[in-house]
Amino acid sequence: MELFESGWGLTLIVFLPLVGALVNMAIPKTNETAVKQWSLFVAVVTFALSLLLVVNFDYGAGDRFQFEMNETWISAIGANFHLGVDGISLPLLVLSTFVMVLAIIYSWDHWEEPHNPRGFLSLMLILATGMNGTFLALDLVLFFIFFEVVLLPMYFMIGIWGDKSKRRIPGFSKEVETRLYASIKFFLFTLFGSAFMLLGFLALYFKSGDFGPRTFDIPELIELGTSGAFSGTFAFLVFGAMFLGFAVKVPMWPFHTWLPDAHTAAPTVGSVLLAAILLKLGSYAFIRISIPILPQEAENWAPAIAVLSVIGIIYGSLACLAQTDMKRLIAFSSVGHMGFVMLGISTLTDVGINAAIIGMVAHGLITGLLFFLAGSMSHRYHTREMSRLGGNQKLMPVMGAILAFTAFASLGLPGLAGFWGEFMSLLGAYNPLESLRAEYLGLFRTAMVLGAIGTVLTAGYMLWMLQKVNLGEPGEEWVGHEFHDADRYELTAWVPLMVLIVVIGFYPNVVFGATTDAVVSLVNTAFGEGAATTAAVTDVLGS
Amino acid sequence: MSWEIDYLALAPEIIIVVTMLGVLALDLVLPRPLKYWTATVGVLGLTFAAIPLIIMAVDDVGTRSMFEGSYVVDEFALVLKGLFLAAGYVTLLMSVSYIESDRYYQGEYYFLLLTSILGSVVMASARDLIILFIGLEVTTGPLFMLAGWRKGDLRSNEASLKFFILGVLSTAILLWGMSMLYGITGSVDLVTISDSVALIAGGSVPGFEPLLGLAILFIIIGFAFKVSAVPFHFWAPDTYEGAPTPVTAYLSVSSKAAGFVGLFVIVYVALPAAVDIWGPALWLLAALSMTVGNLAALRQENIVRLLAYSSIAQAGFMLVPFAAAAVSGGDQLAVGLEATVVYLVIYSVMNLGAFAVIIQGARRTGTGDIEGWAGLGKLDPRLGVLVAVFFFSLAGIPPLAGWFAKFIMFQSAITSGGPGGVWLAVIAAVNAVIAFYYYARVVKTVWFDAPAEGASEAEDAPVGSLGLAIALTAVATIVIGFYPPIATFFGEATRTLITAAGG
Repeated sequence: MELFESGWGLTLIVFLPLVGALVNMAIPKTNETAVKQWSLFVAVVTFALSLLLVVNFDYGAGDRFQFEMNETWISAIGANFHLGVDGISLPLLVLSTFVMVLAIIYSWDHWEEPHNPRGFLSLMLILATGMNGTFLALDLVLFFIFFEVVLLPMYFMIGIWGDKSKRRIPGFSKEVETRLYASIKFFLFTLFGSAFMLLGFLALYFKSGDFGPRTFDIPELIELGTSGAFSGTFAFLVFGAMFLGFAVKVPMWPFHTWLPDAHTAAPTVGSVLLAAILLKLGSYAFIRISIPILPQEAENWAPAIAVLSVIGIIYGSLACLAQTDMKRLIAFSSVGHMGFVMLGISTLTDVGINAAIIGMVAHGLITGLLFFLAGSMSHRYHTREMSRLGGNQKLMPVMGAILAFTAFASLGLPGLAGFWGEFMSLLGAYNPLESLRAEYLGLFRTAMVLGAIGTVLTAGYMLWMLQKVNLGEPGEEWVGHEFHDADRYELTAWVPLMVLIVVIGFYPNVVFGATTDAVVSLVNTAFGEGAATTAAVTDVLGS
Repeated sequence: MSWEIDYLALAPEIIIVVTMLGVLALDLVLPRPLKYWTATVGVLGLTFAAIPLIIMAVDDVGTRSMFEGSYVVDEFALVLKGLFLAAGYVTLLMSVSYIESDRYYQGEYYFLLLTSILGSVVMASARDLIILFIGLEVTTGPLFMLAGWRKGDLRSNEASLKFFILGVLSTAILLWGMSMLYGITGSVDLVTISDSVALIAGGSVPGFEPLLGLAILFIIIGFAFKVSAVPFHFWAPDTYEGAPTPVTAYLSVSSKAAGFVGLFVIVYVALPAAVDIWGPALWLLAALSMTVGNLAALRQENIVRLLAYSSIAQAGFMLVPFAAAAVSGGDQLAVGLEATVVYLVIYSVMNLGAFAVIIQGARRTGTGDIEGWAGLGKLDPRLGVLVAVFFFSLAGIPPLAGWFAKFIMFQSAITSGGPGGVWLAVIAAVNAVIAFYYYARVVKTVWFDAPAEGASEAEDAPVGSLGLAIALTAVATIVIGFYPPIATFFGEATRTLITAAGG
């Protein structure tokens, strides 16, 4: 298709939402219907474009960047406007455009104070530009820009529409509003990480000058990196600087502390987008940038990443068991789930990285849905305290059933999407990359065992939550209350997610079909031909 | 030897002088209600002054050198003259309604402002110590008076007096350093000085190094006062707070830029051989300014004081490329200069915009306390958005212009290649995060906090020239953010300063 071959298709996917946001500003604030319809239209068109991309994508060449656009942007520093999509970024891009449509549908008549749909939807569209751009950027400067652009809209979403309750926070003499604390914490943590990430990028740029003209181009840097251009202390420090940026975004333990606050304080749609897409930017960056450009350092850092991931899994699960607030529990569960994603990446095998990608997609769908549900329930009960909820199944049968379904998906029930990521990531940890086996086989296998214990804990807290929220008799305070079960906007937003969770659960090739070639080629180029020995596993599992 | 005068090259200065005199004369004859016409004349004059600059920029004559090389119009000078004219232009636009509401001495105000602009335009061309010094003093002198313009206000008097005393002190130190430099080298011409300094630094003329070191140190200290770098920044917060806000904007942009220009010209043209002496000094100034400026800004309650400390910290950021290049060896100097100029250009745009928004915001809320701005975003969304645009740009958040300033600063610090540069980049990275906190605090107050009881919701859009100033800077901030080559173009043009110096 001409639109994509010329590269303009990807550019449209990135910038259409931004244009949509600007047009929103021109619509009178009082004409809310027009604002909503227009925003939904923009999101649907963007999603349709990404579906066209899916149709036109050459799956036989999923390991190559396709539909590239490469124009000079800032010639003084050699930064180009370079976009492209391959098998790894395709599923994540579709996830991003898809969830955006659902989020706008959901928000149709769910507005948190102070209302103002025009502002909120414009911020969401700007966010979409940042997210889509991050998944498509093939230039480090461009990547950095999109990576940062997502911060501003999310900051305002949390700060303006967020949780207005007051909390005592250690280190503050007065009680502070949750939203204020969470929004600035979210921003500062990410900014701190990305400042160092930028230094890492610049160091790569500087070093690439030893082998030709200096470049920020990701494919070029990958080529240099796999030929061993970056090594020694230099590479170690660069990997560390980038690690800081990506690990905060994922977030990995111990950089995760912003996450429970931000997720809990954000308005429902904000939490959904945070969990479904924003967390993926960090783990995607590991796969797209860190591993292929600095493969030797990836091997050096892999054991440390594995250890932190496992701590994240166990810690996240235990923290969940200590929560009384339903939304906060779901937030902490993200720490655990992203731990599995990072454990998969740390194995540096094709199985592990495939696990990470399907884990990201699944987590996006499942946790996104969980946050939707948590939002809708607190909208009705005006509380998120699990001790006061209970008997939800009786009060709202449909919503209760969906919650049960999603909780089972989240705990990794086979046949639903959440299973593949956890299972394959543990499988990868059993047999990490060959060069890691000599020294660290024990470590990775221990990680596998601990991760497996983590899955049990995950099942534990998810069932515990279900029991508290869904089962039992409704509390006395709810007697006489009329509760509306899930309305049509909610169902329109949720049913597609549920369908996808089942489809991916039964037929993971929906994702693997795009990713496997790209991941195998990534592992083979980074760690030598034949490193991806277990490619067959995914084929077997898939068919 | 050429004593021929190139009138095209001098045309901007001549036009400004004519405008100044025109403003004075007009002030005598205009009745009080029509005094604002003096501002119009000033704005028109600056517009006309830009025309010869553009003509010189597009023709191919190259460097125009006069008075035995003492007065040079090369691309470096053109870029900075353009910057000074543009900054002066925006300051004039910001001043009109502000000064009119104060009701006194309008004509004199514009005369003095134009004088200061003239001084900075002269500085960009100065290639000898005397012209440089005169240019600097013509830039600063009128500001001593302008800082005290709100004479009914004690703070304004304090601002003026503090600025004057410390300004004179720094001038004395600078002059002392310059006179020593003259004493050692026997010349006021920068290129000649450069040859002599190379001999001394090379060790061919033993015995002069200590004196040279002292001279350079004094010169650096003198300029450090002008750019308000820590530890020579004490005058800035009080002066900024007390002075009329448009004057503060001018102080924090043009006057600071003039200091930087003087620094560039002296160290790049006259002292490249002595980089071992001034490099570490600048490194220290950069690190201290960033850190102290940012930490102090965290605790400010008044928005102008906040921007005062922010501008101290920004001066530190601006010194980073420069200092990193200097401590990493001479061959990186061109890159450092380019990055600092790009930073200076972007900083000027966004800082002027921030001050313009502050004038409007203070008028809207009736206070300069940050707390008093609570809920402004709800009461006046347009103004709220502009506050967010300029403050986040100052913080360096993409896609606003500030990101590129920070980016090119980091880039040149890292690519300077030495450990000194990398460490400075790390310090700058930590500082960029600290800085975000206080910029975000203003945005938080404006957008997240509830407005005070009884605050009116009626929109009061900035009108007239202030609105124009805001619009110009806002558009530039956003456009440069998306397409930074606009800014790098100026940076690349300034390389002539290095090539002219034979670097």
